Amino acid sequence: MPETTAHPDAAPPDAVPDARPAATSEPGTVPAIEFQGVVKRFGDNTVLDGLDFTVAKGDRVTLIGPSGSGKTTILRLLMTLEEADGGIILVDGDPYTHEMRGGKRVAVPEKRRRTVRRRVGMVFQQFNLFPNMSVLENIVEAPMHVLGLSRKQATVRAEELLDQVGLADKRDARCTQLSGGQQQRVAIARALAMDPEILLLDEVTSALDPEIVADVLGVLREVAETTDITMLIVTHEMQFARDVSNRVLMFDHGRIVEEADPETMFTAPTHERTQEFLRAVLG
Amino acid sequence: MNDVWSWERAAEALPPILEGFRITLLATVIGTVVAAVLGLLVALVRRSRSRWVTAPVGLVVEFVRSTPLLVQLVFVYLMLPGVPALVVGCAVLGVHYATYMSEVYRAGIDAVPRGQWEAAKALDLPRTRVWRAVVLPQAVRKTLPGLGNYAISMFKETPFLFAISVVEMFTAAQQFGARNFVYTEALTMVGLLFLLASYPTSLLVRRLENRLA
Repeated sequence: MPETTAHPDAAPPDAVPDARPAATSEPGTVPAIEFQGVVKRFGDNTVLDGLDFTVAKGDRVTLIGPSGSGKTTILRLLMTLEEADGGIILVDGDPYTHEMRGGKRVAVPEKRRRTVRRRVGMVFQQFNLFPNMSVLENIVEAPMHVLGLSRKQATVRAEELLDQVGLADKRDARCTQLSGGQQQRVAIARALAMDPEILLLDEVTSALDPEIVADVLGVLREVAETTDITMLIVTHEMQFARDVSNRVLMFDHGRIVEEADPETMFTAPTHERTQEFLRAVLG
Repeated sequence: MNDVWSWERAAEALPPILEGFRITLLATVIGTVVAAVLGLLVALVRRSRSRWVTAPVGLVVEFVRSTPLLVQLVFVYLMLPGVPALVVGCAVLGVHYATYMSEVYRAGIDAVPRGQWEAAKALDLPRTRVWRAVVLPQAVRKTLPGLGNYAISMFKETPFLFAISVVEMFTAAQQFGARNFVYTEALTMVGLLFLLASYPTSLLVRRLENRLA
């Protein structure tokens, strides 16, 4: 079951300002991600309508559901590429873009947002490498200018990561000279170079040719096996979801209609909407 | 009357015209640098979220673009007595073309895909770094042909400096003609020099356009 909490609006008016909302998981553990009554609208279209859910540290959660069900919006909210219209999001118990103060929802200043955002990394469907930079430059850019590493330190780490994604020989190549699959592997290395606690994967194989998908998924599988990064995955690769994740959430119309471990979700889904969706996807 | 064209007179006119050509080039180069730098600043300032910033700048830009270069040259020259005419000329050319180049930059910046901004944000790059390392290098690449075309236009408009008595190439030819009561050779050579300079440059810009496309 999704661990739900009281909607922040229901907090007593005399709540202590700045008090962290009570943790929802077992006592003593703060979830990596917590959505409390998150609302997101695009014009008249309400994509998320009071969404509550938590992700424990080290969890690998796959979000599935038809397009327009709000999966990608969740990742974009976590990357602050979109702003929620209501509710609050906590990362490691810290309010991210908004917090409750004296029972009121107020925006968190940009400086504090950044300290939280620094713990979150994202890999995009369209890779979004910087085409004006070489492969290596793409990877060292943020460690140097955000984490303050020296060029030498950043390069050593970048080379390790390139080795890990199997592209050590492409270090000085222009990104535009690489295939889609190679670009996506560089993008994964670039995200990992920031040592994120949370990694968001937004349909990372959707723009790739089928024969290349396996390479990229192989890299991600290794990341999942060798690190304890919390991963939030939006994908249509059900086999990958099954291999990598320990929880699967089925979304429809911005709500979680079913939640289960992958085995149960893919072999014995209980909700009619899930059965319908999986039939359509798995054929 | 004798011949229509005298090679002797042409040879006589050449030195002052070449001296004028030097001034023409100088005004174009300095004017282009001013326009390219100022144009970028204008483009950046106009992206500000505050209307208190964008509105006045927008007004000035519209004003400069809607009034003739010739009027601006004469007006500024008369308003700033004591400032050398060439300095006024370069500054007015620069400001005038900055308003056009700012639009080229704006288009170039808008053409940088949204995904680039998003990737930069996902990496938490500081704002200045996003501009310097990600957006501007990509935007400027796309603007080079547009900037080049405006530089060529500016080159061809330098004869307006005539109005504030800068002796550029055209004025030099005029003066030679007035002294000798014959304009044919001098003006023909001015036309040829303009052609010789701007045609290869525009070919270069076109090649650049194709290469960057």
